[in-house]
Amino acid sequence: MKRRVVITGMGICAPNAVGLPSFRQAMFQGKSGLRHLPELEALGFRCQVGGVPEITNSILNDYFNKLDLRDLLSTGLIYGTIAGLEAWQHAGLPLADAENPQWDSGIIFGTSILGVDKFRESILKIDEGNVRRLGSTTVPQTMASGISAFLAGKIGCGNQVSSNSSACSTGTEAILMAFERIHNGLADRMLAGSCSDSGPYVWGGFDAMRVVPSTYNQQPERASRPMAESAAGFVPSSGAGALVLESLESALKRKAHIHAEVLGGAVNCGGQRGGGTMTASNGKAVQRCITEALRNTGLKGEDIDSINGHLTATSRDAEEVFNWSQALGRSGADFPLINSFKDVLGHGLSASGSMECVAALLQFEARQVIGNRNAADLHPEISKLIDPSRVPVENTPASPKIIAKASLGFGDVNTCVIFKRYD
Amino acid sequence: MKNTDSYKELLEIIGPYLPEDIDPGTVDKNSHLINELNINSAHLVDIVLDLEDRYDILLEDEDMQKMQTVGDALEIIGLKTSGKNG
Repeated sequence: MKRRVVITGMGICAPNAVGLPSFRQAMFQGKSGLRHLPELEALGFRCQVGGVPEITNSILNDYFNKLDLRDLLSTGLIYGTIAGLEAWQHAGLPLADAENPQWDSGIIFGTSILGVDKFRESILKIDEGNVRRLGSTTVPQTMASGISAFLAGKIGCGNQVSSNSSACSTGTEAILMAFERIHNGLADRMLAGSCSDSGPYVWGGFDAMRVVPSTYNQQPERASRPMAESAAGFVPSSGAGALVLESLESALKRKAHIHAEVLGGAVNCGGQRGGGTMTASNGKAVQRCITEALRNTGLKGEDIDSINGHLTATSRDAEEVFNWSQALGRSGADFPLINSFKDVLGHGLSASGSMECVAALLQFEARQVIGNRNAADLHPEISKLIDPSRVPVENTPASPKIIAKASLGFGDVNTCVIFKRYD
Repeated sequence: MKNTDSYKELLEIIGPYLPEDIDPGTVDKNSHLINELNINSAHLVDIVLDLEDRYDILLEDEDMQKMQTVGDALEIIGLKTSGKNG
């Protein structure tokens, strides 16, 4: 028998706030996490704006012991650990004792690339002929699964522990993978999330591809403009988000607070055919991913109350809205409320899906849909498809029952997950 | 006196690598680094690097293999540093 899956914990390490209470406040206040970064200016980056979580020593000491902190340069590992452990604590779940792993608890925590700064340090030492000086944590700080492995050690997870990687689809895909494991009875609870390193070595490739804005370097808070006519590219960012997914049965049994239900979703790939490429989506595949998510969850297009899109602030935002419109069979004033959180979070790459899912879920309890802070000049291609009222620029009182979230990634990969308010 | 000082220094280096359930007060020269002090074997590599930094010495693989107890470590450091001075 397939099991229902609910969310009992959330954690966040985002450019505009670290920790759930301050993140809730930041998101509903429209606080931007994007800043002008002098380091990027000094290196001659086109886009000198970025999103980096502010990690104080006090936060570090809350989540890491002294030994963990020695030579710890992997920012993705830092962000992921903070978000992952916060989610676990938020769910009211214990850490395993010294001898017995929690066999029914697992982790899917993805990333694109981990520990770039640690890797750089290692490369410099190796090139100096000094490989013997790398120390013991170079591998766990730079292996892609370093984040799921580290979290598993802190918590003591005994179920599947793995890191998925599907570019900017990673975080949302992790949630769906964790959902499936519980849904199919293979685990009782899964920590799902994703992280992304920060800094020039992660972002440089995107800067070189000229998919980032270069004209807002002195106006960082205005730089990321999803769905706007003035959108000039995505602003690179970083961080981590995490959710604890749990079987409804397990959550009820331990009287956990339930934040929402995960109904399911779909993943697919456009095969880099039909207009899809390494970097662009095959529109038919995006539509198919959404319609499959509806079919898998027994919903119809009309059931979707609110959409949190991928919507990165490039010229492709209008195409994404078109794909939603086609897949749901809705347009004009009948289209669901739609938002993108990349206006204040930037594009957190592999961390984007999980950070945005946390923010999307906060909308259930707040009974508000978060406004699009930089979309006042809605792109005309979008206003042709849907009524501008469907792209709120301010927080909008609403009681969404069903929220659809999509994340699309390089490689032409797509994920759509469907959340339901839990009453 | 010198020996006591280097013992104290060594304990300072090893201290951060001790698991939380090991009381640093119970460590003595006969303590086995891995079997008794439960130091993660991967961390021995880091202890070796810390010792190299502190004493400006070079520890080879065989030195690390010989370094089973706190006393072994002291002896190896003594040999390396006296060789250096001599």
